[in-house]
Amino acid sequence: MSGSLVLSIVTFIYGLAGFLYICAWIFRKELLGRVATWIALTGLVGNTVGILVRWVESYQLGIGHAPFSNLYESLVFFAWVIVLIYLIIERRIANNIIGAFATPIACLVMAYASLKPGIPSAIQPLIPALKSNWLIAHVITCFIGYAAFALAFVISGMYLMKKGRDDEQNLKAKITKFLTLFVFAALFSRVLFISDWALAFLVAVPICLGFFGIVFLVRNMPAEFKTRLLDRFPEPRALDELGYQLILLGFLFLSIGIISGAVWANSAWGRYWGWDPKETWSLITWFVYATLLHARLTRGWHGRRIAYLSMIGFAAVVFTYFGVNLLPGLHSYGSF
Amino acid sequence: MSNPVTAADPFSKIWNFFTSVKLTIVLLLSLATTSIIGTLIPQNEDPQAYFQAFGGVLYQLFNLLDLFDMYHSWWFQLLIILLTANIIVCSIDRMSSSRRILFVRNPSFNLARFRNLKQRQEFASEGTSQQLKDVYQTFIARRFRHNQVEATENGFAIFGEKGRWTRFGVYTVHLSVVLLLIGGLIGSIFGFDGFVNIGEGESARSIRLRSKPQIMQLDFAIRCDDFDVSFYDTGAPKEFRSSLTILEQGRPVLKKDIIVNDPLRYKGISFYQSSYGSLPSNEVVLNITSNNTGKVYKNNAVMNQPLQLAENLGTFEIKEFLQSAKFKGHDIGEAYIGILTPPGGEPIQVTLPLRFPTFDKMRKGNLVIAVVGQVPRFYTGLQVAKDPGVWVVYSGFILMIIGCYITFFMSHQQICIEIADTGKTRQIIVAGTANKNKTGMQTKIDGIAEKLNQFNDMA
Repeated sequence: MSGSLVLSIVTFIYGLAGFLYICAWIFRKELLGRVATWIALTGLVGNTVGILVRWVESYQLGIGHAPFSNLYESLVFFAWVIVLIYLIIERRIANNIIGAFATPIACLVMAYASLKPGIPSAIQPLIPALKSNWLIAHVITCFIGYAAFALAFVISGMYLMKKGRDDEQNLKAKITKFLTLFVFAALFSRVLFISDWALAFLVAVPICLGFFGIVFLVRNMPAEFKTRLLDRFPEPRALDELGYQLILLGFLFLSIGIISGAVWANSAWGRYWGWDPKETWSLITWFVYATLLHARLTRGWHGRRIAYLSMIGFAAVVFTYFGVNLLPGLHSYGSF
Repeated sequence: MSNPVTAADPFSKIWNFFTSVKLTIVLLLSLATTSIIGTLIPQNEDPQAYFQAFGGVLYQLFNLLDLFDMYHSWWFQLLIILLTANIIVCSIDRMSSSRRILFVRNPSFNLARFRNLKQRQEFASEGTSQQLKDVYQTFIARRFRHNQVEATENGFAIFGEKGRWTRFGVYTVHLSVVLLLIGGLIGSIFGFDGFVNIGEGESARSIRLRSKPQIMQLDFAIRCDDFDVSFYDTGAPKEFRSSLTILEQGRPVLKKDIIVNDPLRYKGISFYQSSYGSLPSNEVVLNITSNNTGKVYKNNAVMNQPLQLAENLGTFEIKEFLQSAKFKGHDIGEAYIGILTPPGGEPIQVTLPLRFPTFDKMRKGNLVIAVVGQVPRFYTGLQVAKDPGVWVVYSGFILMIIGCYITFFMSHQQICIEIADTGKTRQIIVAGTANKNKTGMQTKIDGIAEKLNQFNDMA
């Protein structure tokens, strides 16, 4: 069985796990949650097997290299780390509601890798620039970092859900929120799957309406439903702390990722830093999370503000990962 | 403390300005947002391209703000310098204000502080005070570097402490950032960055700098003996390989094959495989047909090197290559011009067009020469760089990783086990603090309390 086929099946396993986690959460069935955990674990094993099979296959093709060399392979590894870290968290805090948000993301990442046109899943030989021992170290550390930030993003979202409406909100804040969401929705539609700006802004409209529709529905839900949905979320304090711990993990690995990339760049091109768009965006991400850490540790920021910063940080992560392809100018990655 | 002279002192004013973490946040966010500009506008391109892309007014404005090379502009550098000053001043300020916590040889413990902790574990034991003291003290000594026992009004307390040094983690990270900037500065002052193209078989003594239009002489020569490019079946490049030799006063001193990711280093200067291109060939494959015997000889001829012909037909030497050679006023395309010297005869000029391999028959000599192939010839493009600051930067990298790990995942922990004699049983309270990750510390205290309680059952 080929690695790509295994990985396609894993996409569905993660989807199923996500579906069961959501059912367990909404219908309050602990058994479903336990089944979901086992299915997610099966998916993780399948994901591991898929990566290993791909590794072996590349050697059979005579172009042997670690399976971390292109967008498809990095996305598959990204999903693997997300599920791995999630399962560790689930075990440590004994709460499986986060799974209702984390495993669907892993499923979407895998689906994006196999369905998006222009992401070839075939095993390709390494171009000379990628033939380096730093490749494995660089990709693994970066994606552990990205996955930790992705989960921190999920947990920040859950924190905001649990905290509910911010009572002091005025009209100006509401409009700002709406516009921010709109611009980000358009930007990321363009970055991720739409090849045209006008269409991206058009698509952002239903995304925003859908989002605010759900928010409106939840707000006007009878109070008992709302409690039924939210009461088994971890406490806001616990979510805040967990998100923060994930950001610490992510920041450490993002730093190691940038550093390994710099050392690699120095051995390949004779410079450790060149303000290439990809490098610059990884540094921007680093600045955003560094701001978050300083705001929290020395200015005592907690809760909502940290949650928003964590979301902005993750937006920077996604842009570093996908958005750089949109930017003008040559960058040296493809060429040599 | 409220000395009006110090308050007005300009040095203190500046110092106080830089001690603010608000400033750090403002600077980090400014660096993050302004950095975006340089990724939207391609950097360091031809001014003409910018002029065409943005039009006159915007071009003037962007040029004024240095947006075409913004990461080296005065204002971006200023932001970096401010951040550096901010990091240094903040670190010194915080270190001196918390020196009583940081620099302690024998830590002292404050019982009242532990008694006030809300999160604690309590249980009773029937063991004697002495038994408990022995067991607990060895338990604490194994887990905490410093420990001491103090008598209390109705019993005693065992204190333990470890990881005070981890408080230096954050300063390590800050130091690492400063090292990165110092390393970058050293590199930009004492280093250079350039490139050179060397044809196969040729050598170079100078390189072209990237930052300014200038040629730099090297005090040695570098020769490219060979360049090879190989491809996969898919057509994607597989490997670029240059065989290089370093020459000191014409004598080879170092030989190395370089590929991408594996440069040659000599005297602090590194040569990286960076590009390649083809040059007009200087070696051709010739078919020489002897009219005397009818035999065909296949020979390679290198430009300007006489080739001894078989059957004692003389020598032949390729002299030059013409893009469009002329014959009796007609353009016959690419051709090699050579000199044929028969034994004892006068040299004859021979024209060998690539398009017409039988062209030389027209000369009606006793041999016919035809060019049947060209040995491709390449030049290798080398990136040449010297960066004496790189080791400072690398030490910064290592310090940053170690520092982040310490700062994020290790903490200064203190624990107190108080044993109070309440007559029949001993009441035991376990409480502890950490400067970071308080929930983690609480879990740890719970675990320790549980273990201590188990000892109790065994006793």
